[in-house]
Amino acid sequence: MKKIKKIKIKINGKIKSINQDSTLSVVLKNLKIPLNKVAIELNKEIIDKKKINKIKLNKNDKIEIVHFIGGG
Amino acid sequence: MVNLKKDNLIIANKKFNSRLIVGTGKYKSMSECAKAIKLSGAEIVTVAVRRVNISDKNKPLLMDYIDPKKITYLPNTAGCFNSKEALRTLRLAREIGGWKLVKLEVLGDKKNLFPDMIETLKSTEVLAKEGFKVMVYCNDDPLMAKRLENSGAEAIMPLAAPIGSGLGIQNKINIQIIRKQTKLPLIIDAGLGQASDATIAMELGCDGVLINTAIAKAKKPFEMALAFKNAVIAGRLSYKSGRIDKILMGNPSSPSKGII
Repeated sequence: MKKIKKIKIKINGKIKSINQDSTLSVVLKNLKIPLNKVAIELNKEIIDKKKINKIKLNKNDKIEIVHFIGGG
Repeated sequence: MVNLKKDNLIIANKKFNSRLIVGTGKYKSMSECAKAIKLSGAEIVTVAVRRVNISDKNKPLLMDYIDPKKITYLPNTAGCFNSKEALRTLRLAREIGGWKLVKLEVLGDKKNLFPDMIETLKSTEVLAKEGFKVMVYCNDDPLMAKRLENSGAEAIMPLAAPIGSGLGIQNKINIQIIRKQTKLPLIIDAGLGQASDATIAMELGCDGVLINTAIAKAKKPFEMALAFKNAVIAGRLSYKSGRIDKILMGNPSSPSKGII
């Protein structure tokens, strides 16, 4: 069986190993991110949530996923 | 009679019945926060933008406790110390679900938490151009308040005292001067400690107050939420009713005629 190559990316400051050629959509799904309650940045660019299934991730990509929490 | 139901707070063309805005930080739990908000009668709550905890997927979400369809979320930029960070935060906030009404807060000093007004002014200009409706946390300087107004701010939100200090309004004169010069909603943001502080703010002619710590950290947050709700109503009514002139000497309340 062909071994799937892994790449390392950073999500919210933590290093994660994902399958090469994974889309952003797959990664977010695996993390069970509720898309309607978050905003996503890829390498400091805000991502249109409708387009995440078309975005392929590369080595060393930096993803930020944010949501609302209590604050004053 | 002053009809309080028709005496709305209008921000960015949206009507609100309550003139009390509350923060959602510093509560012991999300359920405590949600209950305090309900008791306060607030229709706008401030929220912070932070990283999702990706290692604990079952962590409760604010949106599960406070329904953004029923309560207006006001995303803030708490923790931002320059314009770049603040703009990044609010652009992300807008992306979460189309939020345009935001609270801009660019801090200048980690100890006193005073706003950096140069960075605040710069950010207000950019955000207004990008279509944001910006409610701006600022110092109580009438000149800066005017500049913010000219830069497209939707509401002026001067501090009463440092954030979380509970000291109450320190500079009533400045607040009154800002009141006289602006037609924008004027909301006291930060530094109030007890319900009577909110009444004083409203009696000075402010359109509303924003409270977080004074409710969340009170020994009994629910009772304090209710106290602030009533204090804001009392202050508004008092302001609208036209207070008596101050005089130096006594003036008896009972007639002096017919004394036996």
